[in-house]
Amino acid sequence: MRKKLVVIGNGMAAGRVLDELFEKSPGAYEVTVFGEEPRVNYNRIMLSPVLSGEKSFEEIVIHDEAWYRANEVTLRRGEAVVAIDRLNRLVRTAAGAVEPYDKLVVATGSMPIVIPVPGANLPGVVTFRDLDDVDAMLKAASGGGRAVVIGGGLLGLEAAAGLAAKGMKVSVVHLMPTLMERQLDPNAGYLLQRAIETRGIDVVTSANTRSIVGDERVTGVALDDGRTLPADLVVMAVGIRPNTTLAKNSGIETKRGVVVDDFMRTSDPDIYAVGECVEHRGACYGLVAPLYDMAKVLAGDLAGEQGAGYAGSITSTKLKVTGIDLFSAGDFAEGDENDEIVLRDPSRQIYKRVVLRDNKVVGAVLYGDTQDGAWYFDMLKKGVDVAPMRDTLIFGQSYQGGSPLDPTAAVAALPDDAEICGCNGVCKGTIVQAITGGGLTTIDEVRAKTKASASCGQCTSKVETLLMATLGDQYVAGDRKPMCKCVDLTHEEVRAQIKAKELKSLPAVMQELAWKTSCGCPSCRPALNYYLICAWPYDYKDDYQSRFINERVHANIQKDGTFSVVPRMWGGLTTPDELRAIADVADRFRIPTVKVTGGQRIDLLGVKKEDLPAVWAQLNSAGLVSGFAYAKGLRTVKTCVGSDWCRFGTQDSMGLGVKLERLLCGSWTPAKVKLAVSGCPRNCAEATIKDIGIICVDSGYDIHIAGAAGLHVRATDLLGHVATEEEALEYVAAITQMYREEAAYLERLWKWVEKTGLERVRAAIMDDHENRKALYERFVISQRVARRDPWAERAAGRDAREFAPLAVLMPIAAE
Amino acid sequence: MRNESRFWFDLGSMESIPKRGARTVRTPHREIAVFRTASDEFFALENRCPHKGGPLSEGIVHGRKVACPLHNWIIDLEDGQATGADKGCARSFPVKLENGRIYLDMGMAAPA
Ligand SMILES: Cc1cc2nc3c(=O)[nH]c(=O)nc-3n(C[C@H](O)[C@H](O)[C@H](O)COP(=O)(O)OP(=O)(O)OC[C@H]3O[C@@H](n4cnc5c(N)ncnc54)[C@H](O)[C@@H]3O)c2cc1C
Ligand code: SF4
Ligand code: FES
Repeated sequence: MRKKLVVIGNGMAAGRVLDELFEKSPGAYEVTVFGEEPRVNYNRIMLSPVLSGEKSFEEIVIHDEAWYRANEVTLRRGEAVVAIDRLNRLVRTAAGAVEPYDKLVVATGSMPIVIPVPGANLPGVVTFRDLDDVDAMLKAASGGGRAVVIGGGLLGLEAAAGLAAKGMKVSVVHLMPTLMERQLDPNAGYLLQRAIETRGIDVVTSANTRSIVGDERVTGVALDDGRTLPADLVVMAVGIRPNTTLAKNSGIETKRGVVVDDFMRTSDPDIYAVGECVEHRGACYGLVAPLYDMAKVLAGDLAGEQGAGYAGSITSTKLKVTGIDLFSAGDFAEGDENDEIVLRDPSRQIYKRVVLRDNKVVGAVLYGDTQDGAWYFDMLKKGVDVAPMRDTLIFGQSYQGGSPLDPTAAVAALPDDAEICGCNGVCKGTIVQAITGGGLTTIDEVRAKTKASASCGQCTSKVETLLMATLGDQYVAGDRKPMCKCVDLTHEEVRAQIKAKELKSLPAVMQELAWKTSCGCPSCRPALNYYLICAWPYDYKDDYQSRFINERVHANIQKDGTFSVVPRMWGGLTTPDELRAIADVADRFRIPTVKVTGGQRIDLLGVKKEDLPAVWAQLNSAGLVSGFAYAKGLRTVKTCVGSDWCRFGTQDSMGLGVKLERLLCGSWTPAKVKLAVSGCPRNCAEATIKDIGIICVDSGYDIHIAGAAGLHVRATDLLGHVATEEEALEYVAAITQMYREEAAYLERLWKWVEKTGLERVRAAIMDDHENRKALYERFVISQRVARRDPWAERAAGRDAREFAPLAVLMPIAAE
Repeated sequence: MRNESRFWFDLGSMESIPKRGARTVRTPHREIAVFRTASDEFFALENRCPHKGGPLSEGIVHGRKVACPLHNWIIDLEDGQATGADKGCARSFPVKLENGRIYLDMGMAAPA
């Protein structure tokens, strides 16, 4: 008599096991399959095209009725197995039927996760797992209306695209900041989001679902931020969980999944498990490729082969949304230029990144052009040494064998009608003609004349090479200095593009401006972070990990790793109460050094990091706030006593100093900013060596700018004169804003003035009243977000983990 | 006596360290910085820069490297070696991630 093989679950893994088995040893077993779904075996991954209408169910059937007959397989469709009686070797169905087995295969797949929020059971809330789910969605979509898909992973996006294709207005709500973050890096995630949005689908990232609303049916999805998105249909696609209940209840060992060995055997020697329900060497899978490998091994074991066993799988991902090409595989840990190769083409929305370690491909993320995905994946699996083709690797397989070209020769070899600047459609001939005909010698001239590289700037280096090739020896390299090795553009060009193209995130900037690394470097990240805060005070969220430690913890790191804390003393004024509070803090926290700074305030040096929040809390309670002594921002406004006390004083210099400090405090600037106000030209506050200095005179206020007293000493230049205190405040804020908007990161104000020209600043501030007022307005608007006391926020618990050690381990008994 | 076997100490959930960030673990003989990269890899180094002892946990993490906050030496998180022209090494310790929790090998990290 033939042995009896029973299979529980009629999904993709089960189907493949049988295919393999019948090929290896046809007729060896008498097979019965129990499938909870009331249908034959079909290709689950093609449910997405069924939803979008690109395929019918018939087209995705794997095993039709004829197949079951031909292979003498008994299919008990619509019958769920509810118990395994291992002692008597039989299974029991929901309807009470029993079926004996000699060998049993558990292939129960996985269950969609339903997030446990109120309303999750309302009619109109569905998951995306089987044909019934698709039918439910199609029914809902036939009436048009709105759908909200919770989950921006592979499944969620395929559901969203399908529903949108069926005419629904779709929003995707995703918990993480970028889509498909487990399969894509943030750069590809950014491009994907754009592509999804151009399909009319709204994408809401960093959004947590609070509840599903509705009385009898779902009517909306409420988010943690207070918004409610209207919805007639809600699709939950937040992940899957291996379906282990049956195995577990039958006493088979389970962890996250049903535990199997390399031959897919469970803890019971007669029972195998395969597919998404298993856990092999600690890993659970959610894609079909591993299941196929498992099925082969399992069938081999059933057929009595002595195979090598299953050793785990490396997986790759694709998204089945028509018109979106993406591919990812392996490990795409963030790296630097040493272990990754990045190629971006902003005009064609292409991003390719190959991650290397020890000259082997360990990961790849491709967006927009995935042709070489399989090639990289193959090299990854085989561990091919790519050192010999490293320079051309990123151009793909078809490019191999060609020698890497000398860039000048390559540009010289281009035909005249080759397009150099994709944005403005400028071809080589036009540029060469402009150079020779117009006597151009610099990139800026070429840009002004032909518009080549005037938009995204990505072709700047090509245009430069062309200049070089055309002028030959006459070419003198300009003093253009790219921002850093990650990009060809200068600081100024990057800033201009951020505004012009409305780039509002780091991945957006890096993609659209063709960064050569995947995530920048310690030099460009803080700069970009500043440019984005400055350009989009409301839209951009400060990236703390892109800031230097001082700005992250709002204190200054000292050489021994302790910190110094400097409270604000507005205009250098203080009170006995403030001084007492400072003294108390110094005593309580045993602060070793208390020093008066050059900026007219008090520095507490040697504070331990974990004491910082408590130090701030105590200072706060006495009304003292952070002095931003660590910031690329306003430091101090030094004052003299002025007309309040001094017999020479012409104006209230202390009062103006306090007002200026209150107006400017908290704003981020390219580099630190120091001010001073002196009550008369005797200039006791040393205003003429500050970034901005005010000298009071009988008729009003002289505004000086661009002083310095550090490594470099420089007296200020007189910018102009104003009559009233209000004007003084407005003008100073406008200068600050102009500096904020134009200077390169880390460039002090005096450097920027020397670069841009004093006359230009004067015209913009003193003469162009409309412009000055607009600058002032923009400053005030950005201050609404910026002017917060970081100490108060942290004393109240923000970023608490930044200050406490993760663990403190002390010996249990002293030796 | 020194315990030669591994003793994995549970430092808590991976979420307790920010991406591209670090937290410290204080042991009787040294402070250890545990780093998390942008792609959720974890590394542990003695929290002392080989240059002049700067607290590496306060540096900017980029890729598998950290920039010391004091004078910007770039230290490789995998082996603690200074990169580029700089020479020196911060001691590194085994860490592992299991089921979302971080474990540090105390058998290595705790002894003097
Ligand atoms: C919409 C969608 C798109 C996808 N796209 C891709 C893709 O592009 N690429 C990719 O690699 N993967 C994709 N997947 C994942 C892929 O479909 C799964 O990895 C694969 O189907 C898992 O196979 P399985 O046999 O383990 O589980 P399943 O295919 O889920 O089969 C399990 C079956 O067991 C039945 N069952 C469960 N318990 C019992 C019981 N007690 N008694 C009887 N029957 C039971 C279930 O009803 C189910 O039919 C996609 C999945 C979905 C839902
Ligand atoms: S600057 Fe003039 S007003 Fe101010 S303290 Fe000196 S002398 Fe007096
Ligand atoms: S102490 Fe680290 S770089 Fe100097």
